[in-house]
Amino acid sequence: MAVPETTSDQAPMAYWLTIGRMALRALARDWQAGELRVLAVALLIAVASVAAVGFFTDRIQQAMELKASELLGADLVVAAPNLLQPSLTEEARRQHLQTAETLNFRSVVIAGEMTQLAEVKAVGPGYPLRGALQVSDQPFAPPRIVADIPEPGQVWLDERLIQTLKLQVGDAVELGTRSFRIGQILAYEPDRAGDLFSIAPRLLMNLADIPSTGLIQPGSRVEYRLLLAGEPAALEMFKTTVKPLLKIGEKLQGVREARAELRLALERAERFLHLAALVSVILAGVGVAIAARRFAARHWDSVAIMRCVGATQPLIVRLFVLELVTLAAVAGVAGLVLGYVAQYGLSGVLGQLISRTELPAPSWFPIWPALATGFVTLLGFGLPPLLRLREVPPLRVLRRDLGPVDTRLLALYGPALLATAALLIWQAGELRLALIVCAGVAATTVVLSLAAWGLVKALNLLRGRVGVAWRFGLANIARRGPGSAVQVVALGLGLMALLMLTLVRTDLLTSWRSSLPADAPNHFLINIQPGEVEGIRQFLRERGLSSVELYPMVRGRLTGINGRPVEPNDYQDPRAKRLVEREFNLSQIERLQEDNRIVAGQWWAAGARGQGVASVEQGLAKDLGIALHDTLRFQIAGQSLEAEVTSLRSVEWDSFRVNFFVVFPPSALAAYPATWITSFHLPAGQKPLLAELVRHYPSVTVLDVEALMGKVREIMDRVIAAVEYVFLFTLAAGLVVLYAAIQATQDERRFESAVLRTLGAQRAMVRESLLAEFATLGLLAGVLAATAATVLGFVLSRHIFDFPYQFNPWIWLLGASAGVVGVGLAGLIGARSALRQPPWRALREL
Amino acid sequence: MRVDRDPKTAKGSSVTAASSLDNHSGPIVRVVALRKQVVSPEGPLVILDDINFTIDRGESVAVVGASGSGKSTLLSLLAGLDTPSAGRVWLAGADLGELDEDGRALLRAQRVGFVFQSFQLLLGLTALENVMLPLELAGQPEPRRSALDLLERVGLKARARHYPTQLSGGEQQRVAIARAFAGNPDVLFADEPTGNLDQKTGHRIVDLLFDLNREQGTTLILVTHDAELAAYCDRVLELDDGRLQGETRKAEAR
Ligand SMILES: Nc1ncnc2c1ncn2[C@@H]1O[C@H](COP(=O)(O)OP(=O)(O)OP(=O)(O)O)[C@@H](O)[C@H]1O
Ligand SMILES: [Mg+2]
Repeated sequence: MAVPETTSDQAPMAYWLTIGRMALRALARDWQAGELRVLAVALLIAVASVAAVGFFTDRIQQAMELKASELLGADLVVAAPNLLQPSLTEEARRQHLQTAETLNFRSVVIAGEMTQLAEVKAVGPGYPLRGALQVSDQPFAPPRIVADIPEPGQVWLDERLIQTLKLQVGDAVELGTRSFRIGQILAYEPDRAGDLFSIAPRLLMNLADIPSTGLIQPGSRVEYRLLLAGEPAALEMFKTTVKPLLKIGEKLQGVREARAELRLALERAERFLHLAALVSVILAGVGVAIAARRFAARHWDSVAIMRCVGATQPLIVRLFVLELVTLAAVAGVAGLVLGYVAQYGLSGVLGQLISRTELPAPSWFPIWPALATGFVTLLGFGLPPLLRLREVPPLRVLRRDLGPVDTRLLALYGPALLATAALLIWQAGELRLALIVCAGVAATTVVLSLAAWGLVKALNLLRGRVGVAWRFGLANIARRGPGSAVQVVALGLGLMALLMLTLVRTDLLTSWRSSLPADAPNHFLINIQPGEVEGIRQFLRERGLSSVELYPMVRGRLTGINGRPVEPNDYQDPRAKRLVEREFNLSQIERLQEDNRIVAGQWWAAGARGQGVASVEQGLAKDLGIALHDTLRFQIAGQSLEAEVTSLRSVEWDSFRVNFFVVFPPSALAAYPATWITSFHLPAGQKPLLAELVRHYPSVTVLDVEALMGKVREIMDRVIAAVEYVFLFTLAAGLVVLYAAIQATQDERRFESAVLRTLGAQRAMVRESLLAEFATLGLLAGVLAATAATVLGFVLSRHIFDFPYQFNPWIWLLGASAGVVGVGLAGLIGARSALRQPPWRALREL
Repeated sequence: MRVDRDPKTAKGSSVTAASSLDNHSGPIVRVVALRKQVVSPEGPLVILDDINFTIDRGESVAVVGASGSGKSTLLSLLAGLDTPSAGRVWLAGADLGELDEDGRALLRAQRVGFVFQSFQLLLGLTALENVMLPLELAGQPEPRRSALDLLERVGLKARARHYPTQLSGGEQQRVAIARAFAGNPDVLFADEPTGNLDQKTGHRIVDLLFDLNREQGTTLILVTHDAELAAYCDRVLELDDGRLQGETRKAEAR
């Protein structure tokens, strides 16, 4: 072997060329000798799995956002209290975004003798950019989708407005100084905002008609909205350019800000996708680390021999770095292609659930973490063992007299571990998630190492007695000591990551499915007078709706906290401002509602009556700065009421049930004028009941949220499907990586199997001993992985996903059987080639 | 050699192919038209061609020849460690071609000891454990005592707890020889058993081999470059480029 010297007088260029050539030759030689195959395959699979999960989650996430944007009518909205700056529209045009404008304000609608305050929305051409309007010809008739907006001169009224004003399609109404004809009944509008039953009824009209109404004067309280839709990149650009231009009161809204009922679901789904990406990185790291360790072990001899013939340490380092970098580049690119193809194939399979047109093309971003995972783990775990040989004389290397490793393990792999942690943080999308997962992985590694060490110590007792089959296999675990420990740690980490994902997925799906069950309320009755409560309860009961709960609703304004007056201007947050300005709904309730959860303090005892205490929704408390035990003062119908906050509640706003920001014990509000409210599920066939109800109780207003709920449910179904597929995909990719990792530890066993057979061992015996060894390692890894996954799952559901933790004992069974059966099978499959051939040939091939 | 010659009782009842041949009295090895060909990077390569010979029970036979002439390959075929491309091999009365892998393994467990040119010790096992391995596989009682006995005979009792990497080349070779003895075989194949040993140790090993040959009637088939050792044997088979060149039979019985 020609060994270039690193003398300073040598031209560096020529020196590097020589090293480059040598590295390429080493690569070719190693490839031909089959030395690189295991490593290359592990690397390929690892990069492919990270890339595929990345590409796939990226597409799913885009699809989810797109679907959700149907509830905003746009991808992005600029809301403003004044005429929109022309520069905004210009910027949107420059970014090739679609635009549409709307104008919202409150106005009185007059129909003959009757008047009603309505939320008017005037919309321009193109509205809505996402989703579609639904209309019907008669109240409570099945709605249909329309592509147009109201023609000039026409208005569309929602069912509630039609009912209150006792109108029909074709009638005339007056708005401002003008008369309009009712063109349709508005059944559904994509961007109908927030609090379903406290806002006024809706009227939709054409933006072009606004000047002729004379309603909008300078200083009128209105909201202008610019709706935008387009490519994510263009939207991002728009956001960044426009943000500094926004005036006070103007704000940007994505679907998350606008739709509370979806925000949580989308956030959780996104976190889950991030978690899946993390899991794929952890598994890829484990797989490549194991294969790289093998590569290093198999190259100790060549390092020693090179040094025997005079190669310097820097030369050796450069050679191997170059060889590994080249390998990482080649296998990495191949892995990217494979990953791309894999996710493409998968999304083809998904076609029915998430239609192809809805699944946007993947972005290129996921290639970086995938490549980085390959490079970091390959160099991080492949090089240090070779570098360590620097201090060991070549002859001792050849004789495998390498001295203790354990004490320096951290120093050896420290950089690789740090780099992997950095990768995880990068992939997590948020620091908290990354830190929890990193801490979990670190703790799991420690526990697994200790347990493996204990197992090795315990099985050492079997050593003296070699024995047959399983006893031999068990004794082998002890004999391989460090190797066994590495295997337990690797398998355990891999299984832990997969089990953790399984747990989180189960909890996630359970919480979603329960939040919007098939029989979730789809109709609200509001404006029920106290005298009508019993009648309506009876009416509903007679028609099979027996468990309907009615709640009194009193409107009140918050005027003080702890004796200090509360003003809108005390708050920066626009939502908080609005909350203080407006009256909000108060109620009195005996038992905590099903979908509520106490997060601080205590709910009042059963039978508690009267004033003095209140329970506040946690989001409101946070926005308005209300703490437990604060004293709140409300202004209700000209009187004031004081109460101490004795509990904070979480409320599932996406449940479509009646909920209140602030509730009191029964009879606390008895003195104030109240109307009652209820929500119930009405099966599709029973719609006629509504018309009958309205005839009996003309002042009661029916709110039909079926269409909105259908939309939300449709989106949730997509999100659930997305989570399921990403889960299965990550699981499959992870199992492939683990399989490759197991195969990378097989050399010694293959050799042993061959030698055992030359000594006359039957194949069944060899197989049994291998199975005993693998199954034991797998069992230990699986059980510990399940334990670690349970702990980590608990922490994640508590601090990241924010759902009630569900203990899942099945996970141990799953972990143990995956360990025993999976690892055992993978081990046997790997040994097959060594068992099939005559032992002489098997020995030659190793 | 002190290992008691009553192993058959311990050798399990599942034995079929081999135990039926227990009292077989024909040649221990018979080779007819043996041929071995492999596919190498430069195309097909004939390693052994048209080999014919028989070896009787209790004989000692040396296989000699230049490096690369096919000696190790021949030994592997005789011991059933590899399968021939053509021709047949009978070992202890069994036609190896008619046995499957496990059948051959069983035969090896009961009748064959093998010393590899490159030792092939299990690195994870101590010297003692390596020697115990065939005893355990054959289900012999008190494997540890027998194995220690054997190590003592090759002069390595003090190194019983050492791992192969901690032993010198010659010491590893002696462990491999002890392991080959351990099965108490009918026929012992040894690929250059004295190759790494100094003269004194070499002599001790040769004495050991021939004691076994004499006391137990073990057939010895040795590959060697050592003319002195070859001369010690009853017969010498000479290989040249994969063909059996000549056969020298010792005139007088030892
Ligand atoms: N699987 C194989 N592929 C290619 N060539 C092989 C294979 N097995 C053996 N050979 C070749 O066959 C020839 C005989 O090999 P063998 O190991 O039997 O030689 P040998 O006589 O034992 O030599 P030595 O005295 O050096 O040990 C050699 O040239 C070897 O390279
Ligand atoms: Mg040889």
